[in-house]
Amino acid sequence: MSRIDVRKTYKLYIGGQFPRSESGRSYVVNDAKGRLLANAALASRKDARDAVVAARSAFGGWSGRTAYNRAQVVYRVAEVLEGRREQFEAELRAAEGVSSSRARAYVDAAIDRLVWYAGWADKITQVVGNANPVAGPYFNLSTPEPSGVIAVVAPRGPLLGLVSVVAPLIVTGNTVVVIASEQHPLTAITLGEVMATSDLPGGVVNVLTGSQAEIAPWLASHMDVNGIDLTGVTDPALATGLEVAAADNLKRVRRPAPDTDWLAEPDLDRMTRFLETKTVWHPIGV
Amino acid sequence: MSNPFEYAPAPESRAIVDVKPSYGLFIDGEFVDGTGTAFKTVNPATEEVLAEVAEASDADVDAAVKAARRAHTRVWSRMSGAERAKYLYRIARIIQERGRELAVLESIDNGKPIKESRDVDVPIVAAHFFYYAGWADKLQYSGFGTTPLGVAGQVIPWNFPLLMLAWKIAPALACGNTVVLKPAETTPLTALLFAEICQQADLPPGVVNIVTGAGDTGRAIVSHPDVDKVAFTGSTEVGKAIARAVAGSDKKVTLELGGKAANIVFDDAPLDQAVEGIVNGIFFNQGHVCCAGSRLLVQESVADEVMDRLKRRMATLRVGDPLDKNTDVGAINSAEQLAKIRELSAIGEAEGAERWSAPCDLPANGYWFAPTVFTGVSQAHRIAREEIFGPVLSVLTFRTPSEAVEKANNTPFGLSAGVWTDKGSLILSMANRLRAGVVWANTFNKFDPTSPFGGYKESGYGREGGRHGLEDYLKGTSVKGADS
Repeated sequence: MSRIDVRKTYKLYIGGQFPRSESGRSYVVNDAKGRLLANAALASRKDARDAVVAARSAFGGWSGRTAYNRAQVVYRVAEVLEGRREQFEAELRAAEGVSSSRARAYVDAAIDRLVWYAGWADKITQVVGNANPVAGPYFNLSTPEPSGVIAVVAPRGPLLGLVSVVAPLIVTGNTVVVIASEQHPLTAITLGEVMATSDLPGGVVNVLTGSQAEIAPWLASHMDVNGIDLTGVTDPALATGLEVAAADNLKRVRRPAPDTDWLAEPDLDRMTRFLETKTVWHPIGV
Repeated sequence: MSNPFEYAPAPESRAIVDVKPSYGLFIDGEFVDGTGTAFKTVNPATEEVLAEVAEASDADVDAAVKAARRAHTRVWSRMSGAERAKYLYRIARIIQERGRELAVLESIDNGKPIKESRDVDVPIVAAHFFYYAGWADKLQYSGFGTTPLGVAGQVIPWNFPLLMLAWKIAPALACGNTVVLKPAETTPLTALLFAEICQQADLPPGVVNIVTGAGDTGRAIVSHPDVDKVAFTGSTEVGKAIARAVAGSDKKVTLELGGKAANIVFDDAPLDQAVEGIVNGIFFNQGHVCCAGSRLLVQESVADEVMDRLKRRMATLRVGDPLDKNTDVGAINSAEQLAKIRELSAIGEAEGAERWSAPCDLPANGYWFAPTVFTGVSQAHRIAREEIFGPVLSVLTFRTPSEAVEKANNTPFGLSAGVWTDKGSLILSMANRLRAGVVWANTFNKFDPTSPFGGYKESGYGREGGRHGLEDYLKGTSVKGADS
């Protein structure tokens, strides 16, 4: 008699924990051939608010760590992901129906992207910050600092797409609340398990699964969110609505980018969009 | 002779400025009549009508944007950076040559003391054009690419009319964009004089267009479909409206908005210098400064002493004729702004804070407000939370550095902050913990074209000045990877 497999219950990832949606709701996630893969949690407004609270609580500690330490933690995520690569390849094949070689390429790229961004943590300040040659007896320095809590609507590509939008935000010291790809949410939660076991403090990354159109407006209008990355929003009317809501507290906005090639090497824009520049002045003299 | 130490009047002559009875719009290199109704601009120190100025209608704005687009495609974006630089250098030079004229005109239209327009505004304006002129042929080193966006729509406030114009136009032109700029309705005259300077510099027609008007004209610029970039300095309320207006479009936006800066004085600070910094922080330009140090946080152990010294210093501030070279505090820019300052001050008293104003005789005509300080202010008071944009200081106290940080950051704004202490390590730790775009340690209100300026949180986004100031006028938004 063949063995009955143990199926996984996918939950949310909030504050380092894996709760079910407080709403008790879930939705069906099918594989590429339309067969049931699993039920995913259908996050609610309350879940989104809990995630923002977790991200805000984590912000002071995370942004206050040394850049070297943040680099180490993000690199550690890459290490743990490497160790679990077969699981991700299998999940990608099942969820998206891609070939083995394609799945491997995505996992490779996701791991390499984490390593690439990890290295930026202690270099971005040198590249985008500077001492300014002031015309007067003053010394001043401009340095980048994270904007705070960033809400992210992740693009399709539950592993590489997600890593590509989240890594640049966290290496620079922001904390994030992510709405995972609606069609392919499962790998995002498994990635949450990787993060939960790789020294990343709880709350730095929070992953919600569910309806973009339902959750994103709450994040866009949330007064304790400092920025919103709309990369994965596919409906132009929704994107405009979210941008309008974001104006209520002047959130930094990254507009949708539907044709992004996630396999191409990124530039610095995903980091600098959610960095502030602080200029500190001091007189020179006695 | 009640006071033998009274200063004799030392007025700057306004004969150097030739104010015309009426002004048109500056579109495509020419002054043209606007199709809207004209409005008056007054000298806030005397209420004298200085000139009639055209109000640009939607059609006028459209004509200006078309001129800017034409100039961008046919001339300005095709010109080499080195040639663009020469025009900017010419403009910088003419500003220096006509500096005295610009300073007098700025003071009579705005109400700011000639001392400030002459020694602060105009020199920094020239410096901005010099600084960005040098970038025009070096953009490949900026890290943001070399491709301009196109047409920039720019709306600026009345507190530093010419300086804000320079902050907007210099980087835009250096990067190869053309501009349509609207000065504030109460202070349009120096922008129109700047238009003449563009003519003197033989700047190609349409590269700079100046349209005057109020909120409707500003809205027409911001929402014009052929404007690629919106740059705004002004109130947070209008900034939010602009952010909503550009939502869903491809327009790039930078917003420099309000502030409620904490100026933090520790007990080991050099108190006389700190008092000068407090005075400069809140009474410079009548407090019409978005980064003004409007919340004084004093360590409790020295609060009484600081207040004594501050009041003694405030009593020596000379309030009056902006054209007098000895004047420290000039006129409030408009009757409307004066009403707002009076209203918020009355609310401060009604909410239980204690008000003290420097004893001074205010002129009978014009818009005036004596330098004022409120003590016994709590964080919940409206005068501690809302931007007053006038010579009104709210004083709070603290005991520990952490409490100072908590109070300083307890605001939706995040434009600037000040720290006064003799201890270097304390300065650095405070600077790290304050959520603000500019932190002045043992100084305040310093500006320089090489230094990025801009806010955190609801003080807006984007930076002006320095290399960072180029970022939102170029298409490449970032430092590219090795392969591009």
